[in-house]
Amino acid sequence: MSSVTPPGAGAAAAVAVGGDSYLSHDKGLRSWIFTLDHKRIGIMYLVAILTSFFLGGVFALLVRTELWTPGRTIVSADTYNKLFTLHGAVMIFLVLIPSIPASIGNFVLPLMLGAKDVALPRLNLASFHLYVVGAIFLLAAILTGGVDTGWTFYTPYSVTTGTSVILTTLGAFILGFSSIFTGLNFIVTIHKMRPKGMTFFRMPLMLWSLYATAVIQVLATPVLGITLLLLIAERTLGIGIFNPALGGDPLLFQHFFWFYSHPAVYIMILPAMGIESELISVFSRKHIFGYKFIAYSSIAIAVFGFLVWGHHMFVSGQSGLANMIFSLLTFSVAIPSAVKIFNWLATMYKGSIHFDTPMLYALAFIFLFAIGGLTGLFLGALATDVHLHDTYFVVAHFHYTMFGGTVIAFLGGLHYWWPKFFGRKYSERWGKIAALLIFVGFNLTFFTQFVMGSHGMPRRYYNYLPQFTPYHQASTIGSYILALGFFVMAGYLAHSLVKGERAPANPWGAATLEWQTSSPPPYYNFDHEMTAGDPYDLDTVRFVSPAEGWVPRTEGATS
Amino acid sequence: MSATHGGAGEHHDPHLAHHFETGEQQADSAKLGMWIFLATELLFFSGLFCAYAAYRANHPEIFIWSDQFLDKTLGGLNTAILICSSLTMAWAVRAAQLGKRRLLAVLLTATMVFAVAFLGVKGIEYNTKWKHGLLWGKYYHPHVEAAAEHGAEPAPAAPPAASGKAPADSSEIPPSAVGPAGLAKHPRGPISDIPETAPKNVQIFFSIYFIMTGLHGIHVIAGIIVIGWLLRRTLGGEFGDGYATPVDNVGLYWHLVDIIWIFLFPLLYLIR
Repeated sequence: MSSVTPPGAGAAAAVAVGGDSYLSHDKGLRSWIFTLDHKRIGIMYLVAILTSFFLGGVFALLVRTELWTPGRTIVSADTYNKLFTLHGAVMIFLVLIPSIPASIGNFVLPLMLGAKDVALPRLNLASFHLYVVGAIFLLAAILTGGVDTGWTFYTPYSVTTGTSVILTTLGAFILGFSSIFTGLNFIVTIHKMRPKGMTFFRMPLMLWSLYATAVIQVLATPVLGITLLLLIAERTLGIGIFNPALGGDPLLFQHFFWFYSHPAVYIMILPAMGIESELISVFSRKHIFGYKFIAYSSIAIAVFGFLVWGHHMFVSGQSGLANMIFSLLTFSVAIPSAVKIFNWLATMYKGSIHFDTPMLYALAFIFLFAIGGLTGLFLGALATDVHLHDTYFVVAHFHYTMFGGTVIAFLGGLHYWWPKFFGRKYSERWGKIAALLIFVGFNLTFFTQFVMGSHGMPRRYYNYLPQFTPYHQASTIGSYILALGFFVMAGYLAHSLVKGERAPANPWGAATLEWQTSSPPPYYNFDHEMTAGDPYDLDTVRFVSPAEGWVPRTEGATS
Repeated sequence: MSATHGGAGEHHDPHLAHHFETGEQQADSAKLGMWIFLATELLFFSGLFCAYAAYRANHPEIFIWSDQFLDKTLGGLNTAILICSSLTMAWAVRAAQLGKRRLLAVLLTATMVFAVAFLGVKGIEYNTKWKHGLLWGKYYHPHVEAAAEHGAEPAPAAPPAASGKAPADSSEIPPSAVGPAGLAKHPRGPISDIPETAPKNVQIFFSIYFIMTGLHGIHVIAGIIVIGWLLRRTLGGEFGDGYATPVDNVGLYWHLVDIIWIFLFPLLYLIR
């Protein structure tokens, strides 16, 4: 930022730690639950999402443990069906959809804009409250016997099963509104709250990603809303629109469902790509390469994402012509995704790469997302999809994109902004150990699933042929390593909260606006009006010391 | 962002939130937010319009046959009522902008009265369907006796064949003398014919009819609640002096509710 920040502001900000911050501004539980401050709402979302992630992770470990041997290992087949359904529903609706936008996004979006808050703070709080209510419904479904339809709630089974479909879908319906409110808020905020000097093409790429995400949230989620409402009406009133017994069409449900749920995977991955753009540039100490292409590709993914839902239904009996069109459009999504990956690689090229913990996740993201994306092409091709449909290959594919992509980038973002959130540093050494465990554990868990899927192991099965035992056992061991990685992470992050070293305002040397205020930020975010420059001009800051971090380079000074 | 902080209390405009610089920025933000919300509403209904289109394309005979049971007079009346309410709402927005609080209160009340009238007429229609057993999905059990009994009431809910005048007794509903529709394009059998002439799966039409008009009705109720909230604030002396954003936004919402009906009416009542 060229000379916008008064000299010495960085040092002043560093001193401000321990003074007024959003964490200490008000006290008491009520000051959190009813706060309108985007930072506190973001942190509450973060806690809620991590709690849900723990829950969904426990379900996943139970599923993997059950699959250790063919037949019964620890639970019955019915329980197993409920476990994988709950794992899916919790991870999708409570974790992945809100993960980055609602927690990290809520915290950093206004900061990146140099604003005091999002445009509609009450709506933001309502979004969080709806999230909690929706989560309670999902939990209530677990307590009232669980649900066994798979997270997709396909009719007609979801109409006839005796499990708690209504509570679960009602929960997902409410969570949908929570997601819509976040997206709506972000669009308005980005349009109306940008600071002086920040045109759309001078926004950090994280904001482009959140914007593209918000567009999908706003336009796709209502369709899920009406679909789930119809499903609830189906079960309670017997309206029959999706029920073949009453003349309804179950495929219509699939169309409706995937019209939301395919764009929804871009709700999950686009913010991850935004984080990636920030991390790669900062930790390569280099200006982002191909800014406009990355920005446009976010929009392109959002647009294409709406047109490819039919690839979930290649074997449903829809017309061959529709299949071909959906297949072609599916391939087209690969183009903007690849544009992003090439631009990140080009950013790193001849950069000065710093292997801090966030960067490890950023690098893991590129590797894992590339595998996830390319295997998506196998599934988008009609002939191979017929073979691979509903096998573990699909399971591995979406875990590589959703875990290897979204969750890994979420962790990268969490480690990157952690000092900003709480004003504390965490142990770099333990951070790297956890990153390694997660990387190894993840690949062991899911790469084996590619192999057994291509050999024909169907997904969601309780029992399997003995020939798949080694794969399943390797996958299960991988999931334990993954879990170990997360326990290590929970340990050092908890330690950081209590005893972590104080973090400076700008520990990584980034040029976006959120690093120009103290860590943690004061209640009103900034103590002076912000003006934006090039968010990736990293020459505007210079390194002083680990305790003081990076400070703005004053006019004329040289390093 | 003002350069001096501590801001919230120092603004002159009590309606300006601390994180906005100007009232204009705040009003623009609220309005953009409302437009995006309307987009979500549109997408919300779009699922139902898709369902309508899909079933209409696949089973046109269901729609052609069922059309006779929707009362075009009451539907038309409701359309007129909603259009009038749109006028009073738009006028109310103008009154709020000009700071005419008395007029604003009157117009908001008028809008609410229209909305309640709409629901009343809708209630009459639903009641008729209920009596005839012309309900959705698994509750579709058309019964002749109820139809006959209903025929004695003034509300013209019976099929067009019987709707010209209020029949004195059940015998005035023509029996199946018209005969089966056969290849006729628009079979218009009287209600007593339902079991014989109805095409298969006709309950799907009523499912779609009830879910679409029902969801629209819920939106009308929500509209009445928010207009009531506006009225309360108006009587409390708010709005005017350049501050009319909530009235503006509720107005936008109300017009959307109207416009959805403008599409529902021809799709369900008029097209055959």
